[in-house]
Amino acid sequence: MSLSEPRPGTATRETLPGPSIDFWKHRHVLDLDDFSREETDLVFEIAEGMVEILDRDVKKVPTLRGKTIATIFFEPSTRTRASFELAAKYLGADTISLDAVKSSVAKGESLIDSLRTLQALEVDAIIMRHPCSGAPYIAAHNLDTSIINAGDGWHAHPSQGLLDIFTMRQQLGDLKGRKAVIVGDILHSRVARSNIWGTRHYGMKLILCAPPTLIPRGLPEMLERCSLSHVTIEYDLDSAIKNADIVMPLRLQKERQQSGLISSLREYIQGYQINAARLAGAKPDVLVMHPGPMNEGAEISPEVAYGARSLIEQQVTNGVAVRMALLYLIAGGKNK
Amino acid sequence: MPEKILLNSSDIERALVRVAHEILERNKGATNIVFVGIKTRGVPLAQRLVAIIRGMEQVDIPVGSLDITLYRDDVSSLSFKHVVQQTYVPFDITSKHLILVDDVFYTGRSIRAALDALIDLGRPETIQLAVLIDRGHRELPIRADFVGKNIPTARNEEIKVYLSEVDAVDKVTVMRTEGGKNELK
Repeated sequence: MSLSEPRPGTATRETLPGPSIDFWKHRHVLDLDDFSREETDLVFEIAEGMVEILDRDVKKVPTLRGKTIATIFFEPSTRTRASFELAAKYLGADTISLDAVKSSVAKGESLIDSLRTLQALEVDAIIMRHPCSGAPYIAAHNLDTSIINAGDGWHAHPSQGLLDIFTMRQQLGDLKGRKAVIVGDILHSRVARSNIWGTRHYGMKLILCAPPTLIPRGLPEMLERCSLSHVTIEYDLDSAIKNADIVMPLRLQKERQQSGLISSLREYIQGYQINAARLAGAKPDVLVMHPGPMNEGAEISPEVAYGARSLIEQQVTNGVAVRMALLYLIAGGKNK
Repeated sequence: MPEKILLNSSDIERALVRVAHEILERNKGATNIVFVGIKTRGVPLAQRLVAIIRGMEQVDIPVGSLDITLYRDDVSSLSFKHVVQQTYVPFDITSKHLILVDDVFYTGRSIRAALDALIDLGRPETIQLAVLIDRGHRELPIRADFVGKNIPTARNEEIKVYLSEVDAVDKVTVMRTEGGKNELK
């Protein structure tokens, strides 16, 4: 059933704003592997309403007035954290942010204790980032407060996956039959992993392209076991990029060279950098996305990053809208 | 009690024509007027009023649509939520006479939410409220400027407005329900 159509039998009393959501069951947002098509579509539909608020002079609605949203980051981040905090503020919530790298964690406090403190302060949702994969799951098991995963290790970054797919759909409409290529350090990328799960509902092809050392071992078996047949792995960029609708390079951290995963930056650039010459093999209207932060001149050339086909700024704007939608769904309504 | 028809298609049309005349009379013409309909059914009603005025005055009046979900006073107290839909007001409402349109006027809480939403979009010269049905039972000190039809009701009656743009048919019906007040649920 389309959500924009009023449900039959619930015609207006006074004003029926939108159909009520009774199928949304998530108390936490940990990864996209447990998001149904219906739930992902719902996030996107609400995010579209939020995009309009971002265009206003007064970017503030009172929806989460009186609610408190906490961000606790055990790993440095600027954009994700700023994006979540703005999203919370635009919805009228109060925010507190704990820089766990510098706070009591440095004095030896455990993860659960830090989070219990936030729970005792009666915050309505905790947005957390942690360098260890799975940390938000431990938090969700031990706390009553809603947890939103803002990135855990190499495992998942659900809000980024959602904003990437939202941006693709905004540009291309139906994604059925479209081809997206994620290029680069798949091994260390939680963004790639969340995109693998998130794109499975939309009938598109997702190609992961990297040198063999940067593809996680066991990935083909995992894709097979989880019936993620829309994903394929390619080692050659020129054949991967052929007829692509979307190309998304991932940041190449310079440390990868020291750890021996790439032999040299120059060789990586020759094989995998997204630049104008490379894009010539894709569709003429190919779109370029990047989850940021960019390493210009490494995985992406500046003329592509700032070129006409780049959606990178739009991703940042959409990130706020998608996170507003998530906060509305998680922190709006009675949780307790 | 089965659903009873209170207004049919031509009743609705006549009520809207009269409301359109009253709007023009009150505002001394159609200059500097904009319409904003509250989703869902306030929007087609606003479009119909504008079409009637266009027929009389040969002017095009902008129509916007307003989603009030984010402004409801029960967002944090209900155990379920509503889908947020897009607000679309592609014109400046500042210094305009803004006619806010809704289908059924009941407790006044939706209108309160709509007023907050509008004030976030700009500062209209005036905001005037036009409704198709006023069924009474106000819970806030808000009144309508233009009313298509006053229908005194009991709290356990439900008024439904059907519009062809949304529901494929034009009619207004009343039905008794088991529960009491059920607005904004």
